[in-house]
Amino acid sequence: MTGSRPHERDVDPVTGYETTGHDWNGIRELNTPFPRIVLWALALAFLYSVIAWILLPAWPIGRDFTRGLLGLDQGEMALAGYEKLEEARSDWMAAFADNPVADLAADPGLLARARPTAVRLFADNCAACHGTDGTGGPGFPNLTDRDWLWGGAPETIAETIRVGINSTDPDTRFAQMPAFGRDGMLSREDIVAVAKHVVALGHGQADPDSRGAAVFAENCVACHGEGGKGIPDNGAPTLISGHWIYGGDIQTVMTTLWNGRQGEMPTWQDRLSTAEINILALYVASLSENDGERDR
Amino acid sequence: MIRSLTIAERQTGLFIAIILSVIGLTMAAAARQGPMAVHGTMALILGLFLAIALAGALDKPSPRADREQNYYDEPTRFGIVMTLIWAVIAMGVGVWVAALLYWPEATPPWPATSFGRLRPFHTTGVIFGFGGNALIATSFHVLQRTSRARLADSVSPWVVLIGFNLFCVWAVTGYLMGSTQSKEYAEAEWYADLWLVVIWVVYFALYMRTLARRKEPHIYVANWYYLAFILVVAMLHIVNNLALPVSFAGTKSFTIWAGVQDAMVQWWYGHNAVAFFLTAGFLGMLYYFLPVRSGRPIWSYRLSIVSFWGIVFFYIWVGSHHLHYTALPYWVQTLGMTFSVMLLVPSWASAGNAIATLNGAWHKVRDDATLRFMFVAAVFYGLSTFEGSFLAIRPVNSLSHYTDWTVGHVHSGTLGWVAMIVFGAIYTLVPQLSGREDMAWPRAVEWHFWLAVAGTFIYVVAMWNAGITQGLMWRTYDANGALSYSFLQSVQAMAPYYLLRAIGGVLFLSGAILCALNTRATLKGVRFGVGTADRPLVSQPAE
Repeated sequence: MTGSRPHERDVDPVTGYETTGHDWNGIRELNTPFPRIVLWALALAFLYSVIAWILLPAWPIGRDFTRGLLGLDQGEMALAGYEKLEEARSDWMAAFADNPVADLAADPGLLARARPTAVRLFADNCAACHGTDGTGGPGFPNLTDRDWLWGGAPETIAETIRVGINSTDPDTRFAQMPAFGRDGMLSREDIVAVAKHVVALGHGQADPDSRGAAVFAENCVACHGEGGKGIPDNGAPTLISGHWIYGGDIQTVMTTLWNGRQGEMPTWQDRLSTAEINILALYVASLSENDGERDR
Repeated sequence: MIRSLTIAERQTGLFIAIILSVIGLTMAAAARQGPMAVHGTMALILGLFLAIALAGALDKPSPRADREQNYYDEPTRFGIVMTLIWAVIAMGVGVWVAALLYWPEATPPWPATSFGRLRPFHTTGVIFGFGGNALIATSFHVLQRTSRARLADSVSPWVVLIGFNLFCVWAVTGYLMGSTQSKEYAEAEWYADLWLVVIWVVYFALYMRTLARRKEPHIYVANWYYLAFILVVAMLHIVNNLALPVSFAGTKSFTIWAGVQDAMVQWWYGHNAVAFFLTAGFLGMLYYFLPVRSGRPIWSYRLSIVSFWGIVFFYIWVGSHHLHYTALPYWVQTLGMTFSVMLLVPSWASAGNAIATLNGAWHKVRDDATLRFMFVAAVFYGLSTFEGSFLAIRPVNSLSHYTDWTVGHVHSGTLGWVAMIVFGAIYTLVPQLSGREDMAWPRAVEWHFWLAVAGTFIYVVAMWNAGITQGLMWRTYDANGALSYSFLQSVQAMAPYYLLRAIGGVLFLSGAILCALNTRATLKGVRFGVGTADRPLVSQPAE
């Protein structure tokens, strides 16, 4: 595509190169020789590509492709990578899969090795609901206090993680707070009375002779225990600790009484290995260790 | 704009406006509810508005007889105004979503303002609304000047611009209503895609017909780039958007592609949207406005032609580098990687050609913020193409993929390269369109330049840090073979970078707003056909 129309020699004073003679409304082009360095760069990039094509899977041939001299396969490489990492962990990870949780709790050296993994597993899997520091939030229990719905021993926690609560697992732990108001089990007046009583329980100021106390004794003690102290490991919380899952103000307690609650924790046994569940259980149990004696 | 049309053209326009109204009415009536009904109503209102305006002008005076002696610049002016409107809106949404990432609690409680709907609003708004209008507007200008010929007709430029903007509005309002094809940069639903195909064919035909009228023996390289942009985007758009609507009376459609083929087609589209929408077209812009503004000849004619074919040939192969370490076969990844590396050569050749063109005009770069925009654009083009080739190498990608490094890379290209060259072109074009020597507020151009450079720099550096931090946190193991960080920790570590990113975005947006206001002030009292030399070669044949 050299200039097809005759033109005067037009030399650019800055570069000393001639122009091509093309002129597009004032735009001209220099007839600069093709820069050698571009050719060398292209040759180098092509050489890199050819080497890659020889070594790696690269070009399709019919229904197959060139395999490359290195014989690499993505799937195999990925699996080998996983296996190598697993092997690096195996000396201590295997112990968590093979031993009863209670025995593991007695091995501080092993626990220390698993600690970083435990922290990461908790943050990746549990923190979304229970909070990064395990203190929970509205609807999600605090794991750092001594109030346990289903027991705070490491093996019990492991079971809760495994099957979940009100989950889709056939062996799930199951607990339900009935909808006393919505389902007409208690009158509105009774609900107001018992709600006041429950709030007072949380503050340790309950009046045992009130109407609320009477309603409580008739309807609530079966799950929440005498005086709301709770019954270990049945899924219903204690009401006297001042720690609340859904909230201890009168409005929230009324809502709970009226609509009921059926909190859900998913089953983790399809997503986490036995070793990982055990590591988590021991970690979660340790979260409440600073909060006085563990409630077992 | 109607005054520049002949009576016959007004009748043609009226006919097209009525067709648009009928299409809109049909869509609205068929769909009855949902995004398609809303979009039909929009088309109906637009069609009726245009029809009334055109019908009312049928008895108004015809344009001056010497109309054909001048370039047709009204469409360019309209396109530039739309460019800046989209810039302010879509960059504003970008700043908004950037702020949400730092401050997610601020998400308003309406579905339309959730991150997932605003994010494609931002990308479509800036790529198609801002970038697309800038490309169409400047292509009309460049095409006419480098061909020394007036646009082949006066109706189709309006069809292209108004139709394209209708597509953009359909797309972004569709996302707000929750309609999406879930294909990145191709989220708009089937009827909007079909509409864009029609518009694009009109655009291509107009371009070719005008080129055929050229009075210059050769086609200037900028036109090659614009043509590649138009042609390849049409191909990509059609193939990636092949879909079956659930019902012709409804919004939802399903792509005909499935599984890894779908992923490959999507990224073949996605990367070539970068290549042919965000690179080829803007290189056309660079190859025209840089020599015009600097008053220098293109440094190497040969390099400009070889780079064009190099870019066009290599780019089309590289989409698979978006799918490293996925279900896509290894051999496709190797091809994507190697072609990405080879692509660096023509990319840098183009950037080098642009920068070498400024030899002999460095004093102008120092003094003229407009030319400096173009210089910085060329530098960022070189930087981001190097980064792109680097990130396409598989082991590098294993660190960078899925991190904010990718976001930083894209913005070094879009803010540093695409937006800078657009602003350079706008500051060259707008005074010319207004018959003035300079913008109304020359000092604001200087302010805009430094706001844009600072914003881009803060944004890109923050995202480099963010991305590399993320990538390293995700792959760090301790001595016991356990991952050192949870995903959550890697998210928490992003907070300072996300704040910086939002600040960079605010700076860049402020510059764009300044540009829009400056343009508005400059275009006031605009007169067309003012330059005596700036005319098509009508009477005399090609030399």
